[in-house]
Amino acid sequence: MTLMKLYTLIPMMPLIASIVIGLFGRQLPKAFSHLIPIVLVLGSFLLSLYALYISYHGYVFNENLFRWMTVGQYDLNIGFMVDNLTALMMSVVTFVSLMVHIYTIEYMENDPGYSRFFSFISLFTFAMLMLVMSNNFLQLFFGWEAVGLVSYLLIGFWYKKPTAIHANMKAFLVNRVGDFGFLLGIALIMFYFGTLDYKEVFSRVDSLAGQEFMLMGSSVSLVTLISILLFIGAMGKSAQVPLHVWLPDSMEGPTPISALIHAATMVTAGIFLVTRVSPIVELSSTALSLILIVGSITALFMGILGIFQNDIKRVVAYSTLSQLGYMTIALGVSSYSLAMFHLFTHAFFKALLFLGAGSVIIGMHHDQNIMNMGNLKKYMPITWITFLLATLALVGMPLFSGFYSKESIIEAVKYSEIVGSSFAYFAAVFGVFITSLYSFRLYFIVFHGEERWRNKSVSHNHHDHGLTKNQSPHETSWMVTTPLILLAIPSVLIGFFTIEPIIKSSFLLKDIFILDSHLALSQVTEHFHGPINMALHALVTLPFWLMVLGFIVAYLLYYKNINFIKTPKVLKKVIDHKYGFDNFNEYILAPLTIRLGNVLWKYMDIKIIDNFFVNGSARTVNLFSHITKKIQTGFISQYAFVMVIGLLLFISYFILGGKS
Amino acid sequence: MTGILSLAIWTPIVLGIILLLVQNKLSTTLTYRLGNLFGFISFLVTLPLYIYFDKGFSGFQFQEIYPWINHFSINYHLGLDGISLPLVLLTSFISWLVIFISSNSIDRAIGFYISAFLILSGLMIGVFLALDAILYYVFWEAMLIPMFLLIGIWGGPNRVYATIKFFLYTVLGSLLMLVAFIYLYNQTASFAILDFYTKPLSLNIQVLIFLAFFMAFAVKIPMWPVHTWLPDAHVEAPTGGSVILAAIMLKLGGYSFIRFAMPISPDALIFLKPFLIGLSLIAIVYIAFVAIVQTDMKKLIAYSSISHMGFVTLGLFILNPLGFEGGYVQMISHGFISAALFFAIGVLYDRMHSRNISDYRGVINSMPIFGSFFVLFAMANSGLPGTSGFVGEFLVILGAMQDHFWIAFFASLTLIFGATYSLWLVKRIIFGEVKNKKIATLKDLNGKEFFVMSVLALMTLAIGIYPALITDITNQSSQMMLGLIQQSKIL
Repeated sequence: MTLMKLYTLIPMMPLIASIVIGLFGRQLPKAFSHLIPIVLVLGSFLLSLYALYISYHGYVFNENLFRWMTVGQYDLNIGFMVDNLTALMMSVVTFVSLMVHIYTIEYMENDPGYSRFFSFISLFTFAMLMLVMSNNFLQLFFGWEAVGLVSYLLIGFWYKKPTAIHANMKAFLVNRVGDFGFLLGIALIMFYFGTLDYKEVFSRVDSLAGQEFMLMGSSVSLVTLISILLFIGAMGKSAQVPLHVWLPDSMEGPTPISALIHAATMVTAGIFLVTRVSPIVELSSTALSLILIVGSITALFMGILGIFQNDIKRVVAYSTLSQLGYMTIALGVSSYSLAMFHLFTHAFFKALLFLGAGSVIIGMHHDQNIMNMGNLKKYMPITWITFLLATLALVGMPLFSGFYSKESIIEAVKYSEIVGSSFAYFAAVFGVFITSLYSFRLYFIVFHGEERWRNKSVSHNHHDHGLTKNQSPHETSWMVTTPLILLAIPSVLIGFFTIEPIIKSSFLLKDIFILDSHLALSQVTEHFHGPINMALHALVTLPFWLMVLGFIVAYLLYYKNINFIKTPKVLKKVIDHKYGFDNFNEYILAPLTIRLGNVLWKYMDIKIIDNFFVNGSARTVNLFSHITKKIQTGFISQYAFVMVIGLLLFISYFILGGKS
Repeated sequence: MTGILSLAIWTPIVLGIILLLVQNKLSTTLTYRLGNLFGFISFLVTLPLYIYFDKGFSGFQFQEIYPWINHFSINYHLGLDGISLPLVLLTSFISWLVIFISSNSIDRAIGFYISAFLILSGLMIGVFLALDAILYYVFWEAMLIPMFLLIGIWGGPNRVYATIKFFLYTVLGSLLMLVAFIYLYNQTASFAILDFYTKPLSLNIQVLIFLAFFMAFAVKIPMWPVHTWLPDAHVEAPTGGSVILAAIMLKLGGYSFIRFAMPISPDALIFLKPFLIGLSLIAIVYIAFVAIVQTDMKKLIAYSSISHMGFVTLGLFILNPLGFEGGYVQMISHGFISAALFFAIGVLYDRMHSRNISDYRGVINSMPIFGSFFVLFAMANSGLPGTSGFVGEFLVILGAMQDHFWIAFFASLTLIFGATYSLWLVKRIIFGEVKNKKIATLKDLNGKEFFVMSVLALMTLAIGIYPALITDITNQSSQMMLGLIQQSKIL
């Protein structure tokens, strides 16, 4: 089998699973609904590992699969490019997807949409693979929108819930705002490079470095414009402020997809995109600064919101936003490989956090309010331990995977000299405290303290959800805990083992372009003396102690229940409204759109075009015929009278006219 | 292979007349079955056009030419090129689907109804194949009669206003077109379109000719601001009428721009380009806003059609290969997607007798298969990659960017607003808790409906995944057309 056929199989297997289960899942025995996708996704995972093996040994695969269409002199193709960057993404995507597939068996056990759910997550795996394996911008955009579609379908999976179908439409539309920029970026690339093929575009980007572009009367650098437009696309998918509003709401979907789509894979597509187009973005320091500042704002301010959430999934969702902000910061300081590194470690521990949260939700009989939880460590030991490990990885405990990726990013920001890097440094360092605070808050409230569901008031909002006073939660079955354990292993260890190749070797760097003048990453490399040294050194740095401080504050507030801080009312209000982004969209943007639509329709279309012009011309004709009708009375005498008068007027005109 | 073009035109017309004559003697079921068979035959006779078509040849194939009115050198002249072939196939195919599904919703005079569609289909194919201006004009005008009857007899309560508006709008435009033809005849002593192509004309004359054509074709497409007849006509038309109107009749406008206005008056086209692009952008953005606020689902889709046709005109008038091909693919794609959406609305209307969006909610609970199709077509309508709706929009935006950044910018807004009206419609109709008992007891698609939806879905996906299906046919001819347009005709 040729490599092309093999690589084609990787996305095709989940697609086949999706189609088979989507069309015939209800007719087949229930077990088929999970067996077929799991076997095929496992196949994809193994082949992805093989692809990683091949690319690791230095072979970059780049071939076209078929010609999509020909227009004039342009050929648009569908094809694959598999380098280390891609192979890494493929392995992460298929691994997390496989875990989620297994996990779903129990999570969705009694759901009437069982086979539909499997069909969708397999379809998602296909789309995500098409996105990362693409060798051109067209297919990238296809995968980009296709993952958006599946995200839409899955957020609205429980289509009876009004909140779910509001959230999925919101997610799609906000993403479309990003795609709007993305598509314009692609169109500019097509215009200036005459091709959408990565390799050709990147090889020619140097020649356009100095090109200027006229926009609104002033000239802008072309690479800056392209970079910013592409980044707007990334902002939508990777939920950066202000296009982040859809991600917290997307928690309306079933938890497995929150882990797969809204934590580990799809939301990192934007990070992947910017990394992939590093040869373009690198040439524009303006774009890099913008990326850096957007990332910093997201990392800091979304983390703060995480402290105040009471829905277990929303806490994790805000944490995801904040961590995506960290990745974006890394992009901004030209440390693409570090962004990918954090993406990589984050995929494991964040998927684990979500799946752990899902396990808690099962244990709590689908109650998601953490204020009804407590002391779950007694009832759900495996969930407890794995959740704790994920939390430690997230807060950046030395030796844990998240430590290596996040600490490297903070280091890189420190060395960076780009505009905005001092703010970014503050945001990244202070963000460590915030991360620690919200993570341990969640941990203490859920797994320690009193068993709150026992003393909650009888009436609560979710009818027939949650535990009653006398029930106790129970540990979930092996189908849930196995993925938890399998994800816990990389969450703890993978940073330790992979930081060396990522920082020291050219494993990722050979697929990334970094200008020589952007020193941040090389400084990090220079100061790196092995993973153990790095962990030891961390003990004397600020981020570590901020992390400890976050732990202590959370411990006092939520374990000891000592309320020594009071949130000021104004701040509380701002935070309750989540800085007002949703309010702006819902009370200003949406009504304005409707208003404009109505004005255009009722005034322009109906009043002016239809009533004035169309019916107006009909009326004019009518009026005219009305008048002329009156003249035609049928009486000869009247006609004769008019004729005589007319003649008189004519004659007098000529006589009088002739005289003067 | 001469004769296959005539066969494609006259088979449905003759079969339609036969059906008209025999329908009184047959039962309703038998009439339907016979009509369905006739429709299928009429579709089959267009297939040889595709099979024997030479993709490498840019000119007209299978030409037929017979003298018709010698005194004015008017000929019965037919020919097929890459521009007309996909449209002919689309016409015969969609017409058959409309006939196939007619038994679901038409309860009176079904024989008459089907024969109207058969005849209409033949006449529309005639428009796409005619290479003689007068022959074209005859088909173009004759086509209005069955459509007029379809809306007038099987239409809704306000059908008289709608038909008259439709008729007046169209006739006004076509008269000016006839004037242009006669002027061109005086110049060339011929009604052959190919002679019109090569006739040099001064810019002033070209502008006048272009505007005369423009009045006829812009109404048909329709372009803003001569679009207001379309929502009314759609709302009053029966499902089949809406489908044909949206899927094919609108394309007659786009096709005629390519066939007449653009190559005959290329310099006028370049002269008027900013104006034409402005109108197209208004259609794309303005009409999208209007579509968002519609409360009648058929009107919503009608406005969405106008907005999508804005992409067709934008692509054609941007005057580069990407835009041209994009505008063309958009026509074909819209033929399938809008047909599917109007069929879908018909499915709901047959069951609920309401087109008010607010009367619906949670349809997917009782009609899961229908709901899935609806989501698919709504996504296609909002230009999701992988569906045909994406291809045209994508290419047109690429083409627009080559002209000017801001044109691409405004055109791309459709990404947001197209998704807004499509998905909001889905949210209000398909998803959610069941609104009332009537919706809870709705029956899912029957066999015929399922068939129609499936083939349309397959076509939508096929073109989306492999658009070369269309562009390989059109490539040569569109390059030739663009070549003609880029050559100045001013002496």
